[in-house]
Amino acid sequence: MIWAAIVIAIAQVAVFVVLAPLVVGVMRQVRARLEGRAGPGVWQPWRDVRKLLRKNPVRAQGSSGMLRAGPVAVLVSSLLLCVLLPLVGTIPFDLIPSDLFVIVSVMLIGVVALALVGLDSGTAFGGMGSSRHMTVAALVEPTLLLSVYALSIPAGSSTLSLIVQARLDTPEIIISPVSVLAIVALAIAIMAETGRLPVDNPGTHLELTMLHEAMLIEASGRDLAWLELGSWLKLAALLGLVANLVVPWGVVTDFGAFALLLGTVTIAAKVLVLAVLLTVGEVFLAKVRLFQVPELLAGSFALAFLAVTASYLVA
Amino acid sequence: MTVLGAGLILQLALAAAAVIIAFTAAPALRARATGIPVTLLALAGIVTGAAAMSGATGGIRLPLALPTDPLILAPDPLGGLFMVIVSAVGVLVTTFGIGSATGPASSRTAWAALPVFLVGMQLVPAATDSVSFLLAWEVMTLGSTVLLMADHASRASVASAGIWYSAMSQLSFFLVLAGFAVLAAATGGTSFATLATVEPGSGAANLAFLLFLLGFGGKAELVPFHVWVPRVLPEAPSHVSAAMSGAMVKIGVYGALLVCVRLLPEAPPWWGILIMILGGASALYGILQASVSSDLKVLLAYSTTENMGLVFLGLGASVLLRSSDAAAAADAALIAALLLAVSHAVFKTTLFLGAGAISHATDERNLDNLGGLGVRMPWTAFSFGVASLGAASIPITSGFVAEWMLLQSLIHGGRLNGEVVSVAASVAMPLAVAVIALTAGLALLTFVKAYGIAFLARPRSSAAALAREVPPLMRVSLVLGALAVLALGLVPGPVAAVVAATFGPQTALAAAPVGLNGVALPGIDAVLDPTMLLVLSALVALPILIVIAVSARRHPARHSALPWGGGGSRARPRMQYTATSYAEPLVRVFDDVLKPSRDVQVTHVGESRYLVERVTVQQKVSDVIETRLYRPLLNVVQRYGVLARHAANGSIHRYLTYSFVAFLILLIVVSL
Repeated sequence: MIWAAIVIAIAQVAVFVVLAPLVVGVMRQVRARLEGRAGPGVWQPWRDVRKLLRKNPVRAQGSSGMLRAGPVAVLVSSLLLCVLLPLVGTIPFDLIPSDLFVIVSVMLIGVVALALVGLDSGTAFGGMGSSRHMTVAALVEPTLLLSVYALSIPAGSSTLSLIVQARLDTPEIIISPVSVLAIVALAIAIMAETGRLPVDNPGTHLELTMLHEAMLIEASGRDLAWLELGSWLKLAALLGLVANLVVPWGVVTDFGAFALLLGTVTIAAKVLVLAVLLTVGEVFLAKVRLFQVPELLAGSFALAFLAVTASYLVA
Repeated sequence: MTVLGAGLILQLALAAAAVIIAFTAAPALRARATGIPVTLLALAGIVTGAAAMSGATGGIRLPLALPTDPLILAPDPLGGLFMVIVSAVGVLVTTFGIGSATGPASSRTAWAALPVFLVGMQLVPAATDSVSFLLAWEVMTLGSTVLLMADHASRASVASAGIWYSAMSQLSFFLVLAGFAVLAAATGGTSFATLATVEPGSGAANLAFLLFLLGFGGKAELVPFHVWVPRVLPEAPSHVSAAMSGAMVKIGVYGALLVCVRLLPEAPPWWGILIMILGGASALYGILQASVSSDLKVLLAYSTTENMGLVFLGLGASVLLRSSDAAAAADAALIAALLLAVSHAVFKTTLFLGAGAISHATDERNLDNLGGLGVRMPWTAFSFGVASLGAASIPITSGFVAEWMLLQSLIHGGRLNGEVVSVAASVAMPLAVAVIALTAGLALLTFVKAYGIAFLARPRSSAAALAREVPPLMRVSLVLGALAVLALGLVPGPVAAVVAATFGPQTALAAAPVGLNGVALPGIDAVLDPTMLLVLSALVALPILIVIAVSARRHPARHSALPWGGGGSRARPRMQYTATSYAEPLVRVFDDVLKPSRDVQVTHVGESRYLVERVTVQQKVSDVIETRLYRPLLNVVQRYGVLARHAANGSIHRYLTYSFVAFLILLIVVSL
């Protein structure tokens, strides 16, 4: 079992490191085409990373080590997400199962590291992005925990692998009202957490609207490469989680070479399809004002809370 | 004589010796000469507590001819645990105090009060009867009040804090005393064993529970009794505020545990719900106030209210679940509450000491004037950073393990073998999870702000720019605290097992070590192994570090005065975000709760309406509970106090009449 878990973890990391920039490239390309632009092509994020790794990073004099360590922490946090989440397969490690609270905390390491990188730049932009980013992160957390809590009740465990497994075994719970409510709430939380529309506009560099980009503004060279790669990996991994919760078929439950291949192909297909759907949806959305974001999050929290109490009292 | 008896007598002897030395030693030697016996006193407390936890029995009996049960000091395992917590904080605080205390904080009285304060805290958990409990409690309060007042002559705010502290402490004391009195009247004894025989569910038990909850909740800084905290903790010398927040507050927790586990173990569900409401409200209100505060010590003080709120939330959940027979989840919640208390003791002590180090180096508490301390004070930055991670419950610290366990117990508490436990539990548990999640999110923001604004970026004042690292002794206690935060987080299995065992053999089964010092909760089927998580992160970090090493050789980093600076080369440090601006979005979001008062003054140039010469913005977030609840109450009291002056005008005839009337009433009452 432990070998199966290790192989799947390695496969997940490998697949997502390759896939994440591609997902972002596809999203940007689809958006460009829908807006009537030619677009840079789906491989542009890869080329960006290669370019950044070849540049000399420029750092402020007298800045602390945070500008160097923070980006690595962001990337490590995202890679840990890829290791722990049930993406290619649902075979968890015995000692660190894909426990909901552990995964959220691992994600928060990246959130904190990014916010500190933003503050360390010592400019108004970095602080502004960091402050807004942390405010959104603080308000997202209740929804995030409660929506997965609602999904965990039918499975009887907070381990995400077991939740996906349970949905695979009894597919009728996927379309139960409780599950739909919880998935919608989770989707809103993930959009906010990964800085997508309508909470943050990943394409903008307009100073008053930036959240995520404002924190990266002083980073350059490989520091910037790690920050970008980290945020792409997080987006791809969380899309993969949602995909597996909605369409659990294809996930490796019994270890084998063919199953692994099938799992890899299906998760890649699921993430890409979901990414395209997300982009198409985003084209029709405008970014909401920063001070309306809490209302959106309060709404998603209400959905998640309804899902939890309903699954206790109805089921 | 038993080990425990010898330990307790040694503590008393060392405390007496320290007091004598404090009064006689020469001023230049005072800190060291007194600090050594005080440190030994704390170490003796650790040894005695550890002995009590390992099952040693015995103690000392105070010879006293009162018509009560005998006064016996004999800590049980739970008391031993709290003795260890309090004493460990004492060691850190004293070593820091030797290095940091200057001026009034290093006076004869202040050094004499420290051992009194510590020994009081160490003896409260040793008490086995209500009289000695209350005596030790008052010794603790006395010591802390004197310590707080050290600086009263030079700063008016200290005197005001002293009055608030004394009033709130005495309120707590009175409520606890009343609680014991109710139980004593119902059972006819004063020892805990006798008090525990009160009939469960009787009126006396309910009344005593309410009195205890308010009394101990007040000591543990719960809303609405927290009003003294943001005044007292910032005004006391830093090592004293560390001791108050790290240790004294835990005595309030100990009291609550004593009530819920020992004295009144058979609780109806509404007790649990009441504790959960009180805890949840404190957690949310505390962290909300902390997140918008710009004064580092006020921030830490409010965060203490938050942490204690979480402890009580866990305790309440455990009471509620036990009354619904969900024993496994109840045990896990109880252990989680205790682990939260342990980890809070460690990280909050370190944080307050870190704040002390900052004010030692810069003479500044206001985050808005700090910045860039990370490169100037690397040891302090490391310790404060690790402790902040603990406070924000980020893996691999102690705070994370405790919060994880609490959340696990809550989400498994709603159901037992697939059946809903009770309607109350199935509403209370999701709400509690949501409260903890929001609290955790805001705590994250609070401590990113505290650490990021103080230690990162560029100095916002010349005091911060000229800061130097603190002397070695202070560094030692800071780093020791930080290492303890990491150690407790990396070996949660053994820690949880030891903590669980203090409640008795049944609870001891609820947490077991597993794997590489990880912790497993067999009753609710949950596993956590932070060491494995660390190994895993090291493995995924390895390729990145290799790429960095290769890339750094070919493309070394360049340093420039300001790489981009938002497009402007003249961006001054004052243009950076400050703590106030960092929390501004949050103040807007929670406008209805915080009720900030904002004052914007725009000065125009000459006759122009468009050219602005100067803009002044002032924002003040006051404590809503203080202004809405306490102020009106105090005003009413003051008005009647003025009226009462007419009744007591100094006339001896009038006073004699009062005595006569009182005597008459007494006779009538007796004759009825």
